[in-house]
Amino acid sequence: MTVKLLYFAWVREKIGKAEEVLDLPAGIATVADLVAWLEQQGPEYAEAFARPGVVRAAIDRRHVQPASPIAGAREIALFPPVTGG
Amino acid sequence: MAVRVQREDFDVGAEVKRLTAGRTDIGAIVTFTGTVRADSAGAGVTAMTLEHYPGMTEDELARNEAEAAARWPLQASLIVHRVGTLRPGDNIVLVVTASAHRQAAFDAAAFLMDYLKTRAPFWKKELDADGQERWVEARESDDTAAGRWAGAPKR
Repeated sequence: MTVKLLYFAWVREKIGKAEEVLDLPAGIATVADLVAWLEQQGPEYAEAFARPGVVRAAIDRRHVQPASPIAGAREIALFPPVTGG
Repeated sequence: MAVRVQREDFDVGAEVKRLTAGRTDIGAIVTFTGTVRADSAGAGVTAMTLEHYPGMTEDELARNEAEAAARWPLQASLIVHRVGTLRPGDNIVLVVTASAHRQAAFDAAAFLMDYLKTRAPFWKKELDADGQERWVEARESDDTAAGRWAGAPKR
């Protein structure tokens, strides 16, 4: 599965890029699976996801939970808890 | 019903005038303006940079506004949120709600802000007087504030 990943705020800074298109291996079914796989992709990814459960996700511009399935997603965003307003 | 994300400042009076021009069914207008505080970091904030997720931000604000319109009898509403680099005292966000009576306008404005704080994809980074940058942490009190609407009946 090929998917576009977007990173925001300190997730973007730690990973060192704002977006990338990745070919995901088979078996990555949920947002939590994706994060666990990303953590293995290098020290910058491990650093971005070091605090368990902090990073939030959106699939195709809607908030989702760690257990949400990613099948069919075109765009997955990973970011810290929001701080607008 | 409108949402805008912009770098430019906004004029509260002009926005209210535009939103309510020609309307005679509005009896109550509530506005909320959020501004940049200088005191939230130890050494004093000299600038704040707001980042967002273009596309999702507008979608999320529109969903937020639609939810408010489903819960309260609103004649009009507006959300304007700034992005980019702001200074202490600058405007950050404007929420305007208009209804026939005040309670719906007050409640809907509070609801819009509580949901914006916990769901709209914006992130603030503060720069202090020592030149240190710091991402603002989400506050548990914001989740609590948004949570109080969870059980509120829809009309």
